[in-house]
Amino acid sequence: MSLSGKAYIVGAFEHPTRKADNQSVAQLHAEVAYGALQDAGLTKDDVDGFFCTGAAPGLGPLNMADYLGLTKLRHMDSTDVGGSSYVLHVGHALEAVALGLCNVALVTLAGRPRAEAMATGTAPRTWGANVPDDPFEMPYGRTVANAYAMVAQRHMYEFGTTSEQLAWIKVAASQHAQWNEHAMLRKVVTVEDVVNSPMISDPLHRLDCCVISDGGGALVITRPEIAKSLKRPLVKIKGHGEATKNQNAGYTDLTFSAARWSGPRAFEEAGVKPADIQYASIYDSFTITVLVQLEDLGFCEKGQGGKFVADGNLISGVGKLPFNTDGGGLCNNHPANRGGMTKVIEAVRQIRGEAHPKVQVPNCTLALAHGTGGLLGTRHGSATVILERE
Amino acid sequence: MPTPASNRALPAPQVDPTNKPYFDAAREGRLLIGLCKDTGKHFWYPRGASPFTLSNNVELVPAQGTGTVYTYTVMRTKEPYCVAYVELDEGVRVFTNIVDCDLDTVRIGMKVRVVFKPTTADGPPATMFAPV
Repeated sequence: MSLSGKAYIVGAFEHPTRKADNQSVAQLHAEVAYGALQDAGLTKDDVDGFFCTGAAPGLGPLNMADYLGLTKLRHMDSTDVGGSSYVLHVGHALEAVALGLCNVALVTLAGRPRAEAMATGTAPRTWGANVPDDPFEMPYGRTVANAYAMVAQRHMYEFGTTSEQLAWIKVAASQHAQWNEHAMLRKVVTVEDVVNSPMISDPLHRLDCCVISDGGGALVITRPEIAKSLKRPLVKIKGHGEATKNQNAGYTDLTFSAARWSGPRAFEEAGVKPADIQYASIYDSFTITVLVQLEDLGFCEKGQGGKFVADGNLISGVGKLPFNTDGGGLCNNHPANRGGMTKVIEAVRQIRGEAHPKVQVPNCTLALAHGTGGLLGTRHGSATVILERE
Repeated sequence: MPTPASNRALPAPQVDPTNKPYFDAAREGRLLIGLCKDTGKHFWYPRGASPFTLSNNVELVPAQGTGTVYTYTVMRTKEPYCVAYVELDEGVRVFTNIVDCDLDTVRIGMKVRVVFKPTTADGPPATMFAPV
């Protein structure tokens, strides 16, 4: 059964803050929820489906539903696959709405790692109690940065990818971020700036890494009839796919991500090909994350990502595949260390024609948003959505 | 300028009833890996169920303790350390550290052998690798 087009994104809101010294995480959830519902022209009492993750304070959706005063819920989903969760939630909301499980789904994300001075990428972090892989990794100082760096190192070894090619991804993001008044890093950088920035974890430099920021975002997803009764441009959910990748019992292959599986599922449901996509939001925790996903989604051949991203090919108005026109996680915002939400929000802006005029893709009717959450290469969730203007 | 491996304090691994035999062997200087007796295939990391069949027909068996670097990175922190996946000669890839060398000389394909390094609080030793 194809669910293509059976739900629409009618509300999208990105919190403007990047450092929330004066707001709690729960308050940020309320502010983004209100913003997205205002954007849609709906109220909290229209919401009967609620989506969040383990990053939301409390037990699953319960404490946030209580805080937000959501009293009419008949569908809840707190699937947590890290930063890709909010892309996956768009797919799950499509399923729920199409099956009549709810009429109006609200997805929220918020967090304040910057205000809390969290060393997101460079401090070893456990998965939690009783996680069976942790005893075999924590003594060795596993961090987010070194997990992704090892993917980059192997990619360079197998395919000849260079630091300069990876740097082009940051350069493109910075070209876009200069127009975003809320972006954390608005300075345009060069390939030389990136490769000359301090080494964090070879071969990833500081400017290969995303920002650490506070804030959040929210989405409202609903049935076609309700969407058409509202006043906003129609953003149809045309396809979605999800997948996970694991360590394969020790026969680990770091050269690809689960986008290899989630991407084709989304393209098949949408009935389109990578070459049809006019704008792509690609998860950008690190530059290498973007490169691997672009290959796995089929925008280029495996191993050719370095050549694909070089020379400005991801810059709006310059290259063939404008990406992350808000500046992405690399320059704009990576709220709560989870970039999937802002990936969807910028894709919605592009489809609506509401991106910054300097980066808006002309007549953008087909966009993709993709997220990877967890550790690239070894244990991650992957979610792809394709959006279409109607 | 070389980057010597630092002597940073290693957090002790959390021992549970299932992984205890692995860590008991490590205390004796022996490296064990998982074997699925349904399929005859090795697996990593050790666990109580076969990742190939999900049955509990598994055991820990000795590994030769030699392998090659599959990938690596040096964390350029105050006390730099080299994280790597080492492909054991039995075929599985193990998350580990490369030690006892200039970390700037580590390369993919480098031959390494197992060494055991003490962890804090009298925990079982960490399974690391050094160039042959």
